[in-house]
Amino acid sequence: MASMPSIKSKEIKIVQEIPISKTLPFWETLKQGKVLATKCTKCGKLYFPPAADCPNCLSSDLEWVELSNEAEVETFTHVVIRPTSFQQNKPYTVAIGLLKEGVRVLAWLTGFKLSEIKVGMKVKLVTKITAEGNVTYEFVPIEPK
Amino acid sequence: MVDLRKVAIIGVGNSKFGNRSDVNVAELTYESVKPALQDAGLTAKDVEFVALGSVGAGAWYEELLPAVVTAEYCGLTGAGLVRCEAACASSSAAFQTASSAIASGQTEIAMALGVEKMREIDTPTAMEWIGRAGYYFWEFHNFGLTFPAYYALYANAHMAKYGTTEEDLALVAVKNHKYAAMNPLAHLQNKITVDDVLASMVIASPLKLFDCCPMTDGSAAIILASEEKVKELKIDTPIWVAGIGFSSGTANLSRRKDYVGLEASVQAAQMAYKNAGVTPNQIDLAEVHDCFTIAEILAYEDLGFCNKGEGAKLIREGQTEIGGKIPINMDGGLKAKGHPIGTTGCSMIYELTKQLREEAVEKSRQVPLKNYIALAHNVGGTGHYCYVTILRR
Repeated sequence: MASMPSIKSKEIKIVQEIPISKTLPFWETLKQGKVLATKCTKCGKLYFPPAADCPNCLSSDLEWVELSNEAEVETFTHVVIRPTSFQQNKPYTVAIGLLKEGVRVLAWLTGFKLSEIKVGMKVKLVTKITAEGNVTYEFVPIEPK
Repeated sequence: MVDLRKVAIIGVGNSKFGNRSDVNVAELTYESVKPALQDAGLTAKDVEFVALGSVGAGAWYEELLPAVVTAEYCGLTGAGLVRCEAACASSSAAFQTASSAIASGQTEIAMALGVEKMREIDTPTAMEWIGRAGYYFWEFHNFGLTFPAYYALYANAHMAKYGTTEEDLALVAVKNHKYAAMNPLAHLQNKITVDDVLASMVIASPLKLFDCCPMTDGSAAIILASEEKVKELKIDTPIWVAGIGFSSGTANLSRRKDYVGLEASVQAAQMAYKNAGVTPNQIDLAEVHDCFTIAEILAYEDLGFCNKGEGAKLIREGQTEIGGKIPINMDGGLKAKGHPIGTTGCSMIYELTKQLREEAVEKSRQVPLKNYIALAHNVGGTGHYCYVTILRR
């Protein structure tokens, strides 16, 4: 922040409304405990995050498929210093998991001590409702602790 | 490919880097434009085309159209004008744009500029903006990734696969602080030890405060000219653009095939080496994108200065210091010189130009030259963009 003479800019509040019409089944199904991907019916390519269009073969005929919940941690980090919109959260761990189907998912990893987390460990992908009431997904231990 | 004209660097300028709350974005830009014009022996009116790299327009600083604001302040109005965005590689993109304008025959004299003002907002908000620089919707909105966190994902994967340690990462910070201490333009001029790095607070594990570059304000300007202009102006030591390479990576980190290297760096480097007709072992010195210590180790490998997985060995052996196999980041790097993100590409080229001319660089950090070839590696985002620029005297 300025330590020298300065004038404050005008304040504005920015909230964008992000369209989800084309991925609506993904968000609806999350509430039912399922994580969906899309699969191109023409070339078979699987998309996560789900895409409504396939740039591989230029088809827009994609179907919704449910992902298995079996994942292997490819990498992770524990985020201590957090951005403005996550200041109310405690430090959190983010991981990238490779699913059995070959797609990768980036999400929070919960239920472990940081020292227990290793690259290559098996985890489970589950859906979750946040404290603010939003639906999302996260990785958790395979066996409840 | 069509025949392109040769392009030379004929003037360079670099502002003091640091917390520059004494100047606004236009005044800061002037601090590099003026010396660049003086270096080339030109006036602002001689410049026909300007490409500006800057990222935070309207976000972490107040001006939405920094190209017009800075051009007006620097007397460049009337030149062709564009702002380039390639995240932290924005001014390498600007350099490529300005260089192409000359190579294609559209202009004789062009300027590549970079400017960033990162300290006008609070730090968590700056981390928010930069954390959004990936795929906001899928990787930030619910998961709050920060920029250190993106690179921390690469650090943990590299450590797990190749046995790279936190001490190895710390060695990169120690080296870059050492050279920054000799560079009066650098933001952080304090020497540090491995223990200092290891004892600093965790930002996103395994990266700690001293593994991270600072939030820096700064500008850099590069003036480019055609071979005909170089002769006409009687430029005594032109530095030639030998080859440029570029590539990109997926927005979602979850769409990458691994986390132990940046594919965009590998591809951009291969293209640059091919275009310049050189191999990695001909490079006398390099500026690489060390926004975090792990990024410098990835760069050693991705640019072919060592084999995959041997980056840590290179730093352990001191091979990237003066006297080593390939001196790297002799200005202190992003890590200690500072990383005003839209400025970094042009600032790397500023440093390499000074080194290749063997002038004005503090003697203690002048690299002994053999082939008079140098390389700048500038990554945007977390391997989202990459530009590699090879220069030759």
